[in-house]
Amino acid sequence: MLVIKDLHAKIEDKEILRGINLEIKPGEVHAIMGPNGAGKSTLSSVLTGNEKFEVVDGSVTFNGKDLLDLSPEDRAREGMFLSFQYPIEIPGVSMVNFMRTAVNEHRKYRGEDPISASDFLKLMRDKKKLVDIDSNLTNRSVNEGFSGGEKKKNEIFQMAMLEPKLAILDETDSGLDIDALRVVANGVNKLKSPERSTIVITHYQRLLDYIVPDYVHVLYKGRIVKSAGKELALELEEKGYDWIKKEFED
Amino acid sequence: MAEDQNKILDEVTGGEYKYGFYTDIDMDTIPKGLNEEVVRMISAIKKEPEFMLEFRLKAFRHWQTMTAPNWAHLNIPEIDFQDIIYYAAPKKKPELESMDEVDPELRATFDKLGIPLDEQKILSGVAVDAVIDSVSVKTTFKETLAEKGIIFCSISEAIQEFPDLIKKYLGSVVPHGDNFFAALNSAVFTDGSFVYIPKGVRCPMELSTYFRINAMNTGQFERTLIVADDDSYVSYLEGCTAPQRDENQLHAAIVEIVTHDRAEVKYSTVQNWYPGDKEGKGGIYNFVTKRAICKGDYSKVSWTQVETGSAITWKYPSCILQGHHSVGEFYSVAVTNNYQQADTGTKMIHLGKNTRSLIVSKGVSAGKSQNSYRGLVKVSKRAENARNFSQCDSLLLGDKCGAHTFPYLEIANNTAKVEHEATTSKIGEDQIFYCNQRGLSTEDAVGLIVNGYVKEVINQLPMEFAVEAQKLLQISLEGSVG
Repeated sequence: MLVIKDLHAKIEDKEILRGINLEIKPGEVHAIMGPNGAGKSTLSSVLTGNEKFEVVDGSVTFNGKDLLDLSPEDRAREGMFLSFQYPIEIPGVSMVNFMRTAVNEHRKYRGEDPISASDFLKLMRDKKKLVDIDSNLTNRSVNEGFSGGEKKKNEIFQMAMLEPKLAILDETDSGLDIDALRVVANGVNKLKSPERSTIVITHYQRLLDYIVPDYVHVLYKGRIVKSAGKELALELEEKGYDWIKKEFED
Repeated sequence: MAEDQNKILDEVTGGEYKYGFYTDIDMDTIPKGLNEEVVRMISAIKKEPEFMLEFRLKAFRHWQTMTAPNWAHLNIPEIDFQDIIYYAAPKKKPELESMDEVDPELRATFDKLGIPLDEQKILSGVAVDAVIDSVSVKTTFKETLAEKGIIFCSISEAIQEFPDLIKKYLGSVVPHGDNFFAALNSAVFTDGSFVYIPKGVRCPMELSTYFRINAMNTGQFERTLIVADDDSYVSYLEGCTAPQRDENQLHAAIVEIVTHDRAEVKYSTVQNWYPGDKEGKGGIYNFVTKRAICKGDYSKVSWTQVETGSAITWKYPSCILQGHHSVGEFYSVAVTNNYQQADTGTKMIHLGKNTRSLIVSKGVSAGKSQNSYRGLVKVSKRAENARNFSQCDSLLLGDKCGAHTFPYLEIANNTAKVEHEATTSKIGEDQIFYCNQRGLSTEDAVGLIVNGYVKEVINQLPMEFAVEAQKLLQISLEGSVG
C-alpha cells in the first residue's frame, strides 16, 4: 500500500531525511521510534505534503500512485490521515461544519453524492461512541480551547469519521495522562481492519503496550537503522537509544 | 453548509466578475456636467413640486462652496464632477399594466441577477422595488402592503403623492449641508425608495431594493428614506451589483431612517459593486451617507452590512440615539482584495438617557488592499447611563494588505460605560495545512475560516441574504491565497 524508496528531504538547507526505505502492507501496524531530532515528525510531514519540507530525492508510492505528485488535499482524499502532534485551533469554525466539509470532499473525490444532514449526524453519533469522546467537543470550534488530551481524542475522532487507508499517529501519546492514552489507543484499535494500516510514531514503549505493532523501526539521523518485531520496542525501553547511537555514529 | 460551500466554490472558480455584463437599453440622458440648469432640468423631468426644486437648489448652492473630503485613509483619484451624466432613465413608456410590458432586455437583466420580480417570486415573500439606474421600473406588493397602510414606493412617487411626509422628513436626518457628497446627492438625486410604516404596524415581509448601476458614465445618486412610526417594525434589505466597466463610476447615496417611540428598523446591506480588476483598474467609488435617528423612546435601529465590492468605499452608517432608552447596533463585514480600499465604520451619538449601542466590525483584507475601521462613540452631557460596546476585528490574508482601526471616543458624561475591544489575526499556513490534511482545498479552507470569522455578523442577516453574503465572501477572496 505504501512504498517509500530512498527518500531524501530537507528543510531550508538542512537535510533531515537521508534515504528512508519502508514498505507497509494493508492491515499492518508499524511503529517508528527514535531519539529527538531523528526525523520522525519530518517523515510524517513529508508523507502528507507539508510544503515546508522539500523532497530532494527518492519516491513514494501510495495505492499505486506517485504520492509526491499529489496535493496535500488529494493525499488526504486518497486515504492518508495524519493525527497531528500539535493539532491546530481554528476559531469560529464548528467541528460539525468542518467534518461535514471534509467528509463530503472525500465523497466527491470518490464520485459519491454529498452525505445528507441526517446521515451525517448519525455518523457523528456512531463514531463518537466508537472512540468514546465527549459529545460536547463536537459542538465547539475546531480544537479551540481544547485541553491537550481533548485535542488528541479529537484527532482520533476525525480519523474515525474519515476512515483512512493509512493513519499516521505522530506522537499521539505526548502530553496524555494514562486514562486519555487508553481512550486514544482503544479508539485506534477499534478502527483496525485488514485493509487499514497504521504508522505509530512515538518516543516511548508505553503506547505500544496498547497499540501493538507488527514491526518496529528505529529512525536515527534520517535513516531507518534497525527494524524488527515488537520486541525491539521493549529492548529500546530497557537500554535507551545510546547503544543505537554508538552503533551508527558516522 | 458544505453543499453550499461546494456550490459556491464551483461558481467561484469561474473567475470573472459574475455580474459584469452590460445591458443595452434605450436611455434618456441629459448632457454631462453639473450646473444650476442641470439641477432645474432634473427637477423638471421628474415634474417635481416647487419645494423640491428649492431643496435641490439650496443643496447645489451649498455644494459649490464645499470641497471633497480627504481625511479618510483612502487614496481617491480626483473626480471631475463636470464629466458625469447626472440623469439617465430607461425611456419612459406608457404606464405598465403587467410584467409582460416591461422591456424584455430589462427583464433579462433582472433574470441574470436573479431578482425576484415575476409572479412566482411572490411566494418567497419579498417585495421588490427594482431600481435600474435612476427610475423605478416596477413596484410589487404595493397592494398587500397598502392594506396595512404601509407605503413602499419610489421616492419620486412619494414626492408626488405624499409631499407632506417628504417635506417633513427628507433631509431631516442628513441635512443637505452635512458633507460634500450629501450635498451633491441632495442636489441631483434621481430616485430611490421611500418607506413609511404607520403606528403599531409590523411589516409582514422583508422589504428589498436592488440597485444597479447601468449606464456608462452615469453617476448614481440614490435617496432612501424610511420612517417608522410609533410601535412599528420593518426589516429592509438592500443589495447591489454593477456591470463590469473600465471607467470609474461614482455612487453617492443617502439613506435616512427615522424611528419614533418603540419603533424598530433593521437595515441590511449586501454590497457587491464592481471592485476593479486585479490591477486595480476600474471599479465603483462608493461614497455613501447613511444615518438613522432614534427619535422616540425605546426605539431601535440596527445596521448590518456586508461590503465586498467597490474600488473605494467611504461609508459610516450611524445612529443618533435621541430617545431615552433607544438602541443603536452596527454589524459590519468589510472585505477588500487586490487594490480595493475601504474606510468604513459607524457613529453612535448618545443624546438620550439610558441609551445603548453595540458595534461589531469584522474586516478581512487580502491582496494589496487597505481596510480601515473608523468609528465614533459620542456621549453627550445629558446622556445619563449610556452604554457602548465595540468590537473591531481584523483578519489578514497575506502580507501585502493593511488593516487599520481608528476608534474615536468623545465622552461628556461620567456615568457612561464604553468598552472597546480590537484584535488582528492572520490565517496561518498551519491552519490551511491542517484543513488540507483533512481533504479540504486551500480555497475551501480559507472560505471556511473567513465564514467562521464573520459568523457573528452574517447571523444578523435575513436567511436568504446570509447565503448570498457567504457566496460574495468566497467570490471576493478568490485567488487571494497562493
